[in-house]
Amino acid sequence: MGEFKVHRVRFFNYVPSGIRCVAYNNQSNRLAVSRTDGTVEIYNLSANYFQEKFFPGHESRATEALCWAEGQRLFSAGLNGEILEYDLQALNIKYALDAFGGPIWSMTASPSGSQLLVGCEDGSVKLFEVTPDKIQFARNFDRQKSRILSLSWHPAGTHIAAGSIDYVIVFDVKSGSITRKMVLDRQHLGVTKSRCIVWGVAFLSDGTVISVDSVGKVQLWDSATGTLVKSHVIANADVQSIAVADQEDSFVVGTAEGTVFHFQLVPVTSSSSEKQWVRTKPFQHHTHDVRTVAHSPTALISGGTDTHLVIRPLMEKVEVKNYDAALRKITFPHRRLISCSKRRQLLLFQFAHHLELWRLGSTGATGKNGDTLPLSKNADHLLHLKTKGPENISCSCVSPCGSWIAYSTASRFFLYRVKYERDNISLQRVSKMPAFLRSALHILFSEDSTKLFVASNQGSLHIIHLLEGNFKHLHTFQPQSGTVEAMCLLAVSSDGNWLAASGTSAGVHVYDLNHLKLHCTVPAYNFPVTALAIAPNTNNLVIAHSDQQVFEFSIPDKQYTEWSRAVQKQGFHQLWLQRDTPITHISFHPKRPMHILLHDTYMFCIIDKSLPLPNDKTVLYNPLPPKNESDVFLRRTAHAFKISKIYKYSGTGDEESEVILSIMASSKPARTIEYPVLKHVGAGRMTQNQTVLWQTHSSRKEKLQVELRV
Amino acid sequence: MAALEEEFTLSTGVLGAGPEGFLGVEQTDKADQFLVTDSGRTVVLYKVSDQKPLGSWSVKQGQTVTCPAVCNFQTGEYIVVHDHKVLRIWSNEDVNLDRVFKATLSAEVHRIHSVQRTEPLVLFRRGAVRGLEALLAEPQQNIEAVIPDEEVIRWSEFFMVFKQPVLIFITEKHGNYFAYVQLCKSHGLSKYTLLLGKEEKFIKQNFTARVDGKFISLVSLSSDGCAYETLIPLYSNDAENNQRLGRALMLKAVVSGGARNGTTITILDQDHVAVLGPPLPASKECLSIWNIKFQTLQTSKELPQGTSGQLWYHGEALFMLHGKCLTVIPYKCEVSSLAGALGKLKHTQESDSHSMPHFVNWVTCSGYEPESYSTEQSKTLRKKNIEINLQPEVPGAKQLLSIIKKGSEKHIEVELRKFLAKSTPDFHTVIGDIVAGLLERCKTEPSFYPRNCLVQLIQTRVLSYSLCPGLMEIALEHTDVQMLQLCLQQFPDIPESTTCACLKLFLSDTIQDEQKEMEEQTEIVQNGFSPEDSSCSKDSQQLNKKPEDEAKETVSFPVTSCPVAPKRAALLNAVLHSAYSETFLLPHLKDIPAKHITLFLQYLYFLYLKCSGNATMTLPGVSPPTLSQIMDWICLLLDANFTVILMIPEAKRLLLNLYKFVKSQISVYSELNKIEVSFRELQKLSQDKSSRGLYSIEVLELF
Repeated sequence: MGEFKVHRVRFFNYVPSGIRCVAYNNQSNRLAVSRTDGTVEIYNLSANYFQEKFFPGHESRATEALCWAEGQRLFSAGLNGEILEYDLQALNIKYALDAFGGPIWSMTASPSGSQLLVGCEDGSVKLFEVTPDKIQFARNFDRQKSRILSLSWHPAGTHIAAGSIDYVIVFDVKSGSITRKMVLDRQHLGVTKSRCIVWGVAFLSDGTVISVDSVGKVQLWDSATGTLVKSHVIANADVQSIAVADQEDSFVVGTAEGTVFHFQLVPVTSSSSEKQWVRTKPFQHHTHDVRTVAHSPTALISGGTDTHLVIRPLMEKVEVKNYDAALRKITFPHRRLISCSKRRQLLLFQFAHHLELWRLGSTGATGKNGDTLPLSKNADHLLHLKTKGPENISCSCVSPCGSWIAYSTASRFFLYRVKYERDNISLQRVSKMPAFLRSALHILFSEDSTKLFVASNQGSLHIIHLLEGNFKHLHTFQPQSGTVEAMCLLAVSSDGNWLAASGTSAGVHVYDLNHLKLHCTVPAYNFPVTALAIAPNTNNLVIAHSDQQVFEFSIPDKQYTEWSRAVQKQGFHQLWLQRDTPITHISFHPKRPMHILLHDTYMFCIIDKSLPLPNDKTVLYNPLPPKNESDVFLRRTAHAFKISKIYKYSGTGDEESEVILSIMASSKPARTIEYPVLKHVGAGRMTQNQTVLWQTHSSRKEKLQVELRV
Repeated sequence: MAALEEEFTLSTGVLGAGPEGFLGVEQTDKADQFLVTDSGRTVVLYKVSDQKPLGSWSVKQGQTVTCPAVCNFQTGEYIVVHDHKVLRIWSNEDVNLDRVFKATLSAEVHRIHSVQRTEPLVLFRRGAVRGLEALLAEPQQNIEAVIPDEEVIRWSEFFMVFKQPVLIFITEKHGNYFAYVQLCKSHGLSKYTLLLGKEEKFIKQNFTARVDGKFISLVSLSSDGCAYETLIPLYSNDAENNQRLGRALMLKAVVSGGARNGTTITILDQDHVAVLGPPLPASKECLSIWNIKFQTLQTSKELPQGTSGQLWYHGEALFMLHGKCLTVIPYKCEVSSLAGALGKLKHTQESDSHSMPHFVNWVTCSGYEPESYSTEQSKTLRKKNIEINLQPEVPGAKQLLSIIKKGSEKHIEVELRKFLAKSTPDFHTVIGDIVAGLLERCKTEPSFYPRNCLVQLIQTRVLSYSLCPGLMEIALEHTDVQMLQLCLQQFPDIPESTTCACLKLFLSDTIQDEQKEMEEQTEIVQNGFSPEDSSCSKDSQQLNKKPEDEAKETVSFPVTSCPVAPKRAALLNAVLHSAYSETFLLPHLKDIPAKHITLFLQYLYFLYLKCSGNATMTLPGVSPPTLSQIMDWICLLLDANFTVILMIPEAKRLLLNLYKFVKSQISVYSELNKIEVSFRELQKLSQDKSSRGLYSIEVLELF
């Protein structure tokens, strides 16, 4: 079928940041996730948990709270004291508003979604009205002595519960005054702690307030009388998060020990109507602190310092065995962080605040399947490019010739000219970028490296002609009137005639680059596009969707190809559809036009269009047949999907010249001890002088002092 | 016990079965489906449980199928040969045989053989063998002639032996038979000449074969009506290729000697063969199952409408053409036991075979071990007669229970023996009732203790503690240690308190006295009282021989001598074997006097030393206590009575010894741990070498 030389790269030390908040939106079945570096990601749970949108982080924006309001508007608040609203269409930050209360520790939207409440460092609770295009400060509640760490609305919207240090307060929303104050016990197993931090509160419609605290307790209070109803000691460390189901029949808490506990309201005896809260199931899917939890109708969602997003379905709520019934652990971003220069064999790795350029090694040897070849030249680290400013890199690209590097942050675009002189490498920034080139969602160079395509937010596509050390703006494709949807995936044909661009929901647009006009639009499909590529020679556009469907669309004919129709008619193999990571890259074999190469995180696959498709009875993952079997047997069992699961991919697999394929297998983040993950020690972020003691999780035993910039 | 079940017929409407029968019945990859090839043009796929055909395929008019269709187990496709040379391969979905894959071969095919887990083999008329895939790759390849011109293949069979396909075929030339064994992987072909009886005329030889270790056991049904076995070595180590093989009589006169064509034999399993043919010269045809080991007829079935003399055995069903119908007779054979092997003769009535005894009286049965065919026959007959004579006198369960209430001990014993010799449908419950009756009487009448009856009942192995809760208590009252030992050995569910009470009794001095008087009558009371483990007795004998040594050792500590008498040791072993739960046992152990605990500990320590004395850490003898059992009991005893033992001066020595022993064990194990750790480090080092660094170039081949 094909023999490949695999460049197994493990020096891409990408470590995702820890998860700080998750917010589940029932209406659109989407999940917003914020990370400790300020990145916010949107997962579409209906589209196989695909990470469809993301907002790059910012050094000074440590997000502490995330919530949906007014239907599908997303807000976040953080330790810089600002409330942010995200534009989910244009994929940028709509505005930032200072709450003037110092660092914001908590935020929650009212049950109706029309009001926002934030809890601040100075002990104030501030109410904001959500207006159609902004939010407006309404008033302050009675101010407390210490910071407000958690907030929860009563489902009727009349009262709120606020967790502070050592006590929980109930406010009346109308008057803004305190109605009850419940003081927590600092004792834990006979040891009195210096303080008891209320990490989370939840207000139930029957007036019960649930608090979780740093002593390791889950406590139920009667808000009418201010008395303790029930206390569950569940951990030796902090209980850091709580989320209640909409029906109020179950809730979930996460602890600093990495455990998630499920509580359910069950009848005391089988016949009685009296019910009580019972701790039913513990889950240990995390290795470190569970900083945040969410409760969707069918699943418990948790995230924390170990960077994994875990979606654990509640089996009693799942009716059919399908995609939703499986435990999900999302670790890697669903977008490409690696670009490849084919001609110079370069790899560009994108980190949060820097880029790394590596040159691949080479070998003159050959071998048989599974062999590791001796290297005649090892891989070189050529360049380490640090970004300017506090913003995270949102996208980057190296040109096929290797002499251009472009990257973008949320507000600035950078283009560099790279010159190679023997062993030396020199870098020159192209200055005076045009004003419209401020931020990009995707950057792409044409095959001959003479053109640069930039998908900016607001939906426009810029084409820039690159000259030696200079550039010229050629054209901008404006979005169709009325839409502002940002384009996040681009693909260009190797002959340079066609450019395909896909947004988050609408179909794929194909532009004619010679005539600079829209050529056609591929019909919209229900699921978002995860990867795009245009085949050389035939100019067939191959599109992978998050539901694991793959389409082939002929650009010259403006219709789906025969093969694609045949595939849709027969349907994909069951096991193919059950894979749980999206296809993140598609490419083609330069010598074999019938082959499509694609990969997701766990497998690499060649689709041979000349072979029959596998049906559900055939073995999809065909193991290597023994050598002594004759060709006849092979001929009979062969089908179009050739799959290898030996390697893991975090970035991209990109083919090189001839029959060599290079695949980047990334290091696994957080799970191995090679890449230290910060382990929460002691009381964490809440000490008085704002200095926190952290300890590396690795065996190095070194202690880091991290200053919180507040 | 081998048995033929109710036969049923498959509709043969689509089959053109001539008088000569079918070409073959072959298995497919689905358990219940079989391919039947008739002698004309048709192949039919039957689903046997539904008794109907699933599909039928025919070759064109003018063509004839020349070899039975087989299933390729690897692909699930069917293969047939028509007109000797044309190979057709099709699958269930195909409708017309003319349109399916066709390959015309350059030589005539004798048969295609296919078994599970390997590719089908094609056997050509001239003895050449090809794998199907290799053949299909080049259908017109030259096929060599392996056997001489005048030899004709009469029969062939295909086996998998240790994953190696082996093909055997028999050829005939002027009444001489030759066997060829073809090892397909190594391409070794061995030829053997089969030696046959001189006086026989070979009208039609019938063969069947089975792999038996390194030999193929070839069974031939000769025209004299006897079955002969020839052992053909699988791997011929002799350079000389044409060896002569003699044969041995396996079954005598299974079919009538003068039978015409239409007799056939098939091996069912290692002990059974099925024979089709008339048993007597004038009788009708009959299918009979014979046990080879015991030379007995297991079962038979008359086939009045006559057969084609063909018999196929696939997956627990026998296929034959009975009259015009394809008949399937399911065949079942439970594990062959001595009792089952006694079988029945042709002359016994049919009804007997249905009511097989549920219970086998081993005492009576073992007397009838067959020495030869004829003596066995008569003995069985005699036994049958005895049983029939006894039948009216055997008491029913109800009768027996009433006897138990009133009768004398002797009378009960006699009646019980009669009862046990008889088969009863719900044996368990009846035995339970009997025991309960006996025990009730024991309670009311203190002098009544039907020891022999109880022993007999326990030995039926159907009793458990919960079925007769009072039994062990009564035995304890009577200090009947043999009975207790028997109970400990047989009952799976003795409560810890009772186990402990037994232990107490076994350790007490009363036993010692009893032992003395019993020593004289050991021979008599041997029943159920298993002799002590031999090591103990041997040891004590040895020690008796060297009194001086012993004296010396006892001064220090008698580590090598058994601290208890062999009888007591046997009793204690029974306790060690019994099941217990620690938490329930511990409180009861505290009740045992310290002196006895010391004694028991000494015994356990002795056992432990014996155990650790050899490399396998086991004790000799029949079902000895295991090391972990011994250790558990030592720990239990010490846990329960440590403070008490500590105070006893006699036990001090023992404790010291145990302590020393444990200490030395700990040091040994810590050394072993150290070694293990260093080995692990070495392993890690060697792994590191193979693990790749941050960057490597590897070769990946996708098929």
